[in-house]
Amino acid sequence: MGVLIKNGRVIDPSQSLDMVGDLYIQQDRVKEISKRIDAPRKGDTVIDASGQVVAPGLVDIHVHLREPGYEHKETIKTGCLAAAAGGFTSIVCMPNTNPINDNASVTEYILLKARTEGIVNVFPIGAITKGEKGKELADIGEMCEAGCVGISDDGMPVTDSGLMRKAMEYVKPFGIPVITHAEDTGLSAGGVMNEGFVSTELGLRGIPVASEEVGVVRDIILCELTGTPLHICHVSTKGSVRLVRAAKKRGVKVTAEATPHHFTLTDKEVYGYNTDAKMNPPLRTQEDVDAILEGIADGTIDVIATDHAPHSQDEKNVEFDLAPFGIVGLETALSLSLELVEKEIITLEEMIKKLTVTPSEIVGIERGTLVPGSIADLVVFDPGMSRTVNPEEFSSKSRNTPFSGWELKGVVSNTIVSGKVVFSHN
Amino acid sequence: MPFDKKHILGLGELSAEEIKIILDTAESMKEISTRDVKKVPTLKGRTVVNLFFEPSTRTRSSFEIAEKRLSADVLNFSASQSSVVKGESLVDTARNFEAMGASIMVIRHGMSGAPFVLAREIGASVINAGDGSHEHPSQALIDIFTIREKKGRIEGLNVLIVGDILNSRVARSNIFGLRKLGANVRIAGPATIVPEYFRDMGAEIFYSLEHAIENVDVVIMLRIQSERKTLEYFPSLREYSGLYGLTREKLSLAKEDVIVMHPGPINRGVELTSEIADDPGAVILEQVANGIAVRMAMIYLVALGESL
Repeated sequence: MGVLIKNGRVIDPSQSLDMVGDLYIQQDRVKEISKRIDAPRKGDTVIDASGQVVAPGLVDIHVHLREPGYEHKETIKTGCLAAAAGGFTSIVCMPNTNPINDNASVTEYILLKARTEGIVNVFPIGAITKGEKGKELADIGEMCEAGCVGISDDGMPVTDSGLMRKAMEYVKPFGIPVITHAEDTGLSAGGVMNEGFVSTELGLRGIPVASEEVGVVRDIILCELTGTPLHICHVSTKGSVRLVRAAKKRGVKVTAEATPHHFTLTDKEVYGYNTDAKMNPPLRTQEDVDAILEGIADGTIDVIATDHAPHSQDEKNVEFDLAPFGIVGLETALSLSLELVEKEIITLEEMIKKLTVTPSEIVGIERGTLVPGSIADLVVFDPGMSRTVNPEEFSSKSRNTPFSGWELKGVVSNTIVSGKVVFSHN
Repeated sequence: MPFDKKHILGLGELSAEEIKIILDTAESMKEISTRDVKKVPTLKGRTVVNLFFEPSTRTRSSFEIAEKRLSADVLNFSASQSSVVKGESLVDTARNFEAMGASIMVIRHGMSGAPFVLAREIGASVINAGDGSHEHPSQALIDIFTIREKKGRIEGLNVLIVGDILNSRVARSNIFGLRKLGANVRIAGPATIVPEYFRDMGAEIFYSLEHAIENVDVVIMLRIQSERKTLEYFPSLREYSGLYGLTREKLSLAKEDVIVMHPGPINRGVELTSEIADDPGAVILEQVANGIAVRMAMIYLVALGESL
């Protein structure tokens, strides 16, 4: 039993491969890629990928699955369905569930649920501190043994620099990265959107760019002090891009991600008090967007990640101050990333790299490659085909996206996990 | 030009023409207030609900009188006695009043943008009676109406707004409205509550009241809102009042026929001295009287739009 994908443009940045040809999957592994692979064996599935791209399955290292605790927003099952529909075969989920993933039993619960109900690979991130309260270290070693691939207090940055330093030192022997949501909460306190002209007009409390940049600076310095690999989440400001670029130049072990919304939208989306444009870090200005695009082009930004943050419509359909931060992203990320190729910011191969092999390397998972013998996680997509974003058709349980009604290119036709087609679109 | 807005959410959303229509309509409404029988049957049979999620005496009373003079049935809702404490959402609360037949909702809310949520989600016309730090259109229209009455025009006047600009909805609405009608707007106060971004809204920024007040026609003194945590932005009320409190001496630097306004309630001895509050150049109580006429105009115009 196998899958034969015919006539696709096979792009695999992990082996600098870009060729039109066939790819054969035997059981759960990539068996062969070549110009032409002859007639399949009995029982094989054949996928005609003419005019389409065949790539390693996408890897998103910043997802909120909401289970356990907030199953009305998303479950591991629906989050995985959304991932598959968006071309993602591996997702890395943040620990801010209820209970918080700060000990091995929660990690094991998530992995068990993912094995039984999830159709894509789920890799959990453990909390840095117990309850994400920033007071004492979580059970980092045990969570790592249970399967966590990194630690983060995403959304609740560790304000105590001394504790952050201890976390970075402690985690080093376990070989997993510290993933930071960089924010100085003293500067952002009470803020609900980017501080600037738009927040002034709307009378909404602003989150200054400085709140992120002060956080980025601190964590880069702690990274230099400890030597532990640091990954900076959702970079949203021009200053952060500059800081990461300078740090990389002097050899600091830092990587950074940007989300599709931060490289596409500005704070003008908030006009009309649109709560689907409320997230943390907030949408910034065009100047920041341009800087992020530059960072994506020159490699300062290593990874595209979604910060998929589902919330129910009831939770979002309230006063702007009361609405929770966050938007869904799994089912729009590929199309929005293809815009970068369309605008010639990066090549298609570079885009795929930022969505496959690089994020896999950062969290140390053996995914994001089509090298023969590797696990057969793949995506097949038509980069030129248009679609209109319709949140009603999302596989995610939530609909909170600012991209509703957008005309975008890029349609996923098949998502394959361990040799099995888990999503197909006709 | 007819007034075809279904809602009045802020002066940022209105054109100069639309603002003028409201002011002109308010003039006719003011005439009604001089009659023996201060009532017209215009809104007979219609229900207006005042949804107040934040305490307010003057704005609510003023809206209520305005509604009654137009013969509307009036429902009052305030958050303290509300189901909000039981966890009902803003939209659900409003839908209940809509089901009771309310066709106009006047909303006061502590959070910026709350009236926009209603306008988006319900069928009734929405009038913003103050939302967070965003806008307070009826107050600014009253200020502008009073200035026009006193000075005969708005265009070319120098208007100074003093105080907590950052957190003030009155300031934002006045800046939008006055700029649209061609006035020069200056703002003054401590740097922490007079952010630079206001320059892009067309206001000139001053940190010295003495410099700011030179040659102005109108001074609008904002209330220091201690409930909005303004006090963390400067060392003490004493220091504030020394630097930005309006005294007769500072006022003498303005034009001779300067008028002094205050949206109320006044903190005597903080924003201005008692002698100024009680001075004939202060039009604070006239503002209150004009408030009814302006609010009648706002309600009348959205009701008209709704019936078209």
